[in-house]
Amino acid sequence: MAILLKDLVNKNVPLNGGHRMCPGCPTPVIVKQILMSTDHPKVAANATGCLEVATTIYPYTAWNIPWIHNAFENAAATIAGIESAFRALIKRGEIAEDRKQTKFIAFGGDGGTYDIGLQSLSGALERGHNFLYVCYDNEGYMNTGIQRSSATPIGANTTTTPVGKVSYGKKEPRKDLISIVAAHHIPYIASAAPHNWMDTMNKAKKAIEVNGPAFMDVISPCVPGWKIRTDEWKGISEAAVKTCFWPLIEIENGEWRLTGESKKIADGKMEKLPVEEFLKSQGRFKHLFKLENKDVIKLIQDDVDKSWNYYKRMAGYND
Amino acid sequence: MAAKYIPLTGAESAAYAMKQINPDVLAAYPITPQTPIVMKFSEYVANGEVDTVSITVESEHSAMSATVGAAAAGARAMTATAANGLALMWEIVYIAASTRLPIVMGIVNRALSGPINIHGDHSDTMGARDAGWIQVYSENNQEVYDNYFMALRIAENEDVLLPVMVCQDGFITSHSVENVMPAPDQVVKEFIGKKKFKGLLTAEKPFTIGPLDLQDYYFEHKKQQHEAMKKVFPVIEAIQKEFAEKFGRKYDVIEEYRTEDADIVIMGMSSVMGTVKEVIDAAREKGIKVGAVKPRFFRPFPGEYLKKILSKFKAVGILDRSDSFGSLPPLFTETAAVFYTSSTKPLVKSYIHGLGGRDTTVKLLEKVVTDLQKLSETGEGNFTSEYLGVRE
Amino acid sequence: MKEIKKSWKNIPIGGNILEAGNSKNYITGTWRTFIPRLDKEKCVNCFQCWMFCPDNSISIVENKMVGFDYDHCKGCGMCVSVCPTKAITMEKEEK
Repeated sequence: MAILLKDLVNKNVPLNGGHRMCPGCPTPVIVKQILMSTDHPKVAANATGCLEVATTIYPYTAWNIPWIHNAFENAAATIAGIESAFRALIKRGEIAEDRKQTKFIAFGGDGGTYDIGLQSLSGALERGHNFLYVCYDNEGYMNTGIQRSSATPIGANTTTTPVGKVSYGKKEPRKDLISIVAAHHIPYIASAAPHNWMDTMNKAKKAIEVNGPAFMDVISPCVPGWKIRTDEWKGISEAAVKTCFWPLIEIENGEWRLTGESKKIADGKMEKLPVEEFLKSQGRFKHLFKLENKDVIKLIQDDVDKSWNYYKRMAGYND
Repeated sequence: MAAKYIPLTGAESAAYAMKQINPDVLAAYPITPQTPIVMKFSEYVANGEVDTVSITVESEHSAMSATVGAAAAGARAMTATAANGLALMWEIVYIAASTRLPIVMGIVNRALSGPINIHGDHSDTMGARDAGWIQVYSENNQEVYDNYFMALRIAENEDVLLPVMVCQDGFITSHSVENVMPAPDQVVKEFIGKKKFKGLLTAEKPFTIGPLDLQDYYFEHKKQQHEAMKKVFPVIEAIQKEFAEKFGRKYDVIEEYRTEDADIVIMGMSSVMGTVKEVIDAAREKGIKVGAVKPRFFRPFPGEYLKKILSKFKAVGILDRSDSFGSLPPLFTETAAVFYTSSTKPLVKSYIHGLGGRDTTVKLLEKVVTDLQKLSETGEGNFTSEYLGVRE
Repeated sequence: MKEIKKSWKNIPIGGNILEAGNSKNYITGTWRTFIPRLDKEKCVNCFQCWMFCPDNSISIVENKMVGFDYDHCKGCGMCVSVCPTKAITMEKEEK
C-alpha cells in the first residue's frame, strides 16, 4: 500500500517537538520517515550522539515509543538484547497481544556506526537478529564539535582535519560502509536521502518488515558541521544524490539496484551533476574553491566517479 | 526423590544453577576460566533443558550491552565473564548498575593482564568495586551454586534493583570437582519466584531509559544508588534466612570459623578460606586460639558486621587477593577504616597473596598464624602489608 | 518556564523518564529569530512543510494546514524553502 502524506499527517509522530536538536537539523525528519513508514509498535535503541543527547535531556524526552540509550558503541548489541528478550517473552507468553508485532530499530550517527560501533553492528548482523539499524550519517563527529570520522569525505574541514597552511582538510576517502554491511549477506540494505521522503519511507518499510537484520545509511546534512543555512539541507541532500556523491542504493537478498534519482541517472534519464554542485554551498568545502585547491575538487570528483561506477556495476549496469 | 550429592566443578555448579533459574536471556562471550559455564549452559540450550534465548555475542562488551538491553526490555537476563572480559565490559558494567537493572553475572575471578595470566585472583572484580554492583564471593562449589539463587532474589528485590556479581576463584574453584547438593527444580522455582520488575516490552506505557542526565539531576540519581545499597544487608539477611528454610543450608553475611574463644583470626574471601580452615584446625590441635572470618560480600561492604565481630580479637590478618598499587589493598583498607572511631580495635596486618593464581599454601598460612601470635603479643608489624609467598 | 527541581526521593530510579513525549512541555520557540507566517489563501495542503519540519511544528487539523506550533518552532525556515506555492513567509519576530 502506498504511503500517502495525507494519511501520515493524521498519525502521531513518534518524536515530539520540544527536543533540542539544532534548528534545521534533518535527523528528526529522518527518524520520522523511518518510524512512520509502518504502523507496527516499535522499540528504539539509540547510540550516544546528537540524536540521543538532544532528544532526552532529563527530565524531558521527545520519544513517544519505548526507547533506550545505553552507550556510544553498542546500539546494535543493545537492540539485539531487546529483540532477544522479545523472543524469550513471546515464548513464555509475557508479551501483550497488541505488542506481538513489535519491531526493533537502532539509531546511530556515523561515529557510532562506521567507527566505534562497527564491531557491535557486525556481530548483531551476523547473528541474524530481527532489527533495523539506521545510521544518520552527517559525516563526522558533530556532537563533540565537528571532528572527522571515517564517513567524512575528502577535503572536508573538520576540527581534527582543519584546513591550514599545509592542509586542505581530510585526506582520506569515506569508508564504503554499504559494502561492508553487504558482506554480511543480510536480507535488506539501503542508502537513502531525506529529501526523497518517498524513497526513504518505502525502503524503511521494507527494512522494518523484512525477516532478519536490515541496515540503512541515511545522509543527514549538518547545519553547524557542514556550515550550511538552517533551511538548506533538503537541497543539499538532493545535490548529494544528483552528483552521485550519495547514490540511492537498495540491496535486497543480495540483489543490488539503484533507486530514485540514482536510477534515473544510471538509466540516462537524468543528468549527473558535477560534484561542485554538492560542495559549493557548504562551508566545510569553501577552501576548495580557492585556486590552490582546484586539484582537490578533481580528487573528490575522481573518488565519487570511482564509487559511482562500482555501485552501478554492482547494480548490473555496464560502464 | 531425596536430594543427593553430585560431583560438579565450580563452573558446572554455576551452569547448573543457571539451568534451574532458566533465565529469559543469556548473552555471554567465552573467556578462560569462565568458558565451562557458557559451554555447559549452551548444552542445556541445545538439549532443550532450558528455553533461554542465548545470544552468542562477539565480545564481552556486547555481552554486557545485550544483557542490559534484555533486562531493560523486562527480561531476566544473565551473563558471565572473567578478568579481561570484565575489563572490556567496564563502561557498560557501570551503566547496568546506574540503570538499576537486576542482572546476575557469574564471575570466575582471574588476574587482569598484563602480563597476561589466566589464573585466579581478585584484581578483576576489585577494580569493579565502585561500579555499583553487589558482589558476593564463593568459597566452594556448593556456595557457588547456592549464591546464584540468593543473588537473583537480592537483585530483583524491589528495595534493591541492583545487579549482582557472583564470584568464584578461577581454576581453583571453577575447574575443581566437589560434591554439590542441588535442590529439586521445584524448590528453586518456588524460591526465585516470578520476576516483578517491568521493562520496555512489559511496562504498560512507553518510557525512556538512559537519558542525558546533567548537573541538575545526575547527583540525585547517584544518591538513589547510594541509598539502595544501604538497603541491601537487611534484604540479604531475610533472603539467607528464607534460603536456609527452603534449601537447608544456612549462610551469614560474615562466616565465622572457630572464633568463639579466638585471640587471633585470619580473614579473607573465596577459595583460600578452605585452606585457612585446615590451617586453623591444625593450629587448634597445638592449642593456638585462632579462628577465621570470611566476609561473603564485598559490596555493599559489611563494615558494621566486621566492626562488631573483629573487635573481639587481639589481632587480625587480612588476606587480599589483589593489590591496590600505591596504597594498601582493598579488603584491608576498608576493614581498617571501620575502626577509625573505635576505642577497642584489633591489631591488623595485611597480606597480599595468590596473585596470578599463585598457591597460597598451608605453609604460608602457618606463617601468618605465627605472625599474628607475635603481633598480638608485641604489637610488632601492626598496620603493615606484605606480599605472602613472593620470591625476594 | 519555571521548573521545580525534585528530591532524589521523588523521581523514578535509574534516570528513567516515565512520561513519554513530555518534551512538548519544554519550549524551544524562544530560540527563534524569524517566525513563519501562513497565507491560507495560497496553501494547497500538500503537507511538504509537515514532512520536512524537524520540530514537528506544523499544525494539521482535519487534513488542513492551519498554522504553526510556535511553542516548538525554532524558526529554521525549512517550511518556506519547501513550500511549492509560497504560502509561507518568514518575518523578523518582534519579542
